[in-house]
Amino acid sequence: MSAPDLGRRALLKGGLLGGAGAFTLAGAVASSGAASEGSAPGTSSTGTTDLVVPFHGEHQAGITTPPPPHAVFVGMDLDDGVGTTELGRLMRVWTDDISRLTAGVAPVTDQEPEVAARPAGLTVTVGWGPGLFDRLGLDDRRPSWLAPLPPMPVDDLDEAYGGTDLLLQLCSHSPVPLAHARRLLVGAARGIATPRWVQPGFRDPGEQAGLAFRNEFGQVDGTVQPDVADRDADLLWIGPASASHPGWVGGSSLVLRRIRMDMEDWERADRVAREHAVGRDLATGAPLTGGEESTPVDLHAVLPSGLPVVDRHAHVRRASPHAPHERFLRRPYSYEQVGTDGTVETGLLFAAFQADPVRQFLPVQRRLAEGDLLNIWTVPVGSAVYAVLPGCAEGDWLGRALLV
Amino acid sequence: MPTVPRSALPALTLTIALAMPLTGCGSTSADPTDGSATAADDAALTLEDGWAKATDGPMTGVFGTLTNEGDADLHLVEVRSELAGMAEMHVTVDDGAGGRVMREAEDGFVVPAGGEHALEPGGDHLMLMQLAEPVETGQEVTLVVVDADGGEHEFTVSARAFSGAEEEYAPEQETEDR
Repeated sequence: MSAPDLGRRALLKGGLLGGAGAFTLAGAVASSGAASEGSAPGTSSTGTTDLVVPFHGEHQAGITTPPPPHAVFVGMDLDDGVGTTELGRLMRVWTDDISRLTAGVAPVTDQEPEVAARPAGLTVTVGWGPGLFDRLGLDDRRPSWLAPLPPMPVDDLDEAYGGTDLLLQLCSHSPVPLAHARRLLVGAARGIATPRWVQPGFRDPGEQAGLAFRNEFGQVDGTVQPDVADRDADLLWIGPASASHPGWVGGSSLVLRRIRMDMEDWERADRVAREHAVGRDLATGAPLTGGEESTPVDLHAVLPSGLPVVDRHAHVRRASPHAPHERFLRRPYSYEQVGTDGTVETGLLFAAFQADPVRQFLPVQRRLAEGDLLNIWTVPVGSAVYAVLPGCAEGDWLGRALLV
Repeated sequence: MPTVPRSALPALTLTIALAMPLTGCGSTSADPTDGSATAADDAALTLEDGWAKATDGPMTGVFGTLTNEGDADLHLVEVRSELAGMAEMHVTVDDGAGGRVMREAEDGFVVPAGGEHALEPGGDHLMLMQLAEPVETGQEVTLVVVDADGGEHEFTVSARAFSGAEEEYAPEQETEDR
């Protein structure tokens, strides 16, 4: 399967776990006629129930897959005494379970097969954190960039949302198979790894009908993205030249930042101040320098007064790349953390995928940390970096090339 | 988004393929539940979706779907594994007091020609007892099932963390005393 197609096609569940012939047939069906025959997901309440996103391929699903409305990130640590043998066993078990769950087929230990039968586009993406390499002594296979981000002046990090040895990112159009898959995969790891945190997130189901994603500040979010399906593919996927170990080719990295948003203070900012802070029109997402959402921002435009149209500290300016490689695939989810005392914390699970976070992400993060107007209302409270494993073919398992 | 509901596509038969199309990793078959018969004298019996319950206790169950692809019934009379000092074929029955207990099948299992015999928690299963060591999650467990004609069928399954299958073990002589 070619990389850009991953996640863009839906297959019958029979095509996934059947033999190679069935896979090819289903793939051909899906790529030739399915797109025109199928109704657009989201056009009916049940339109996405049976949706299947292929699991097998050069890359893992859940990265270039258009983000569905529900996600949960699970950070897990290896248990004491676990070695590479046990990690390999876990990866084989997870690969088998994930390949079934995402295909709408109950894993062998599943006692709720009726729930598993409706995956609603479920994807599960597996990553390894820095601690895994420390713990298992796998430094020779560790990507050079795999480390926690350096402390930022704006950070107020809570270790409760810090980096872990393992990451599962689960996404689905329905929260039901999502919860089921999370429980099953966490349970499958018992005796090998234990969750430290679980971070659920949501996006607007209206996106499935083509509407832009808005964060809880009401801002259109995620407008500028690299063309990862084509000319910017090397910004997303680890290639042979940069891989620290051949087993990483086709993998990626994930930076997951939990960003608390001060809704109370944001309420005090008027519309002009809000647009000034981000550098975009709130209604359309277009840059303040004109055009529409997709129009590039003109950072050199000036007002008659001589002041720049886009403030020197506007988010869109600070986030703009200073070099072509300072770009990455953003796949954020909003979150609400409900307290037991009636309070609700609102924020963004900022998820960014890139081939090399130190080279691509860090320079942008530094500029934002040093002077983004949005910092008035936002505080990073969690931060984690993961190496995202390459995908695997049918008959193979995630991480095999790194462990055998 | 050019994804489509599964129902928009023609139905394909769902099979968990036993002979997975391997891509350059022949000895590392990724499906740890992919038990297949390897005994030379009879490859007609397969154990599909086979798995064992991981445990640090003295016994564990093995589950899956026994499928007889041959044209004669297979009467299974014995099971053994190097991991276990003793192994039996078990059925699960009412204990007469609202619970379920498992005990040895009186005459093994018969897998009909072209048919299946399900092994599942709370039902018929293979029981490995007197385990010498813990059976750990993801570990491969190899066992041999012997039919009445002496044909041996070897399966390798992976152990899985599982909280179910907690039925009491009630050897027949004990339940008869009740």
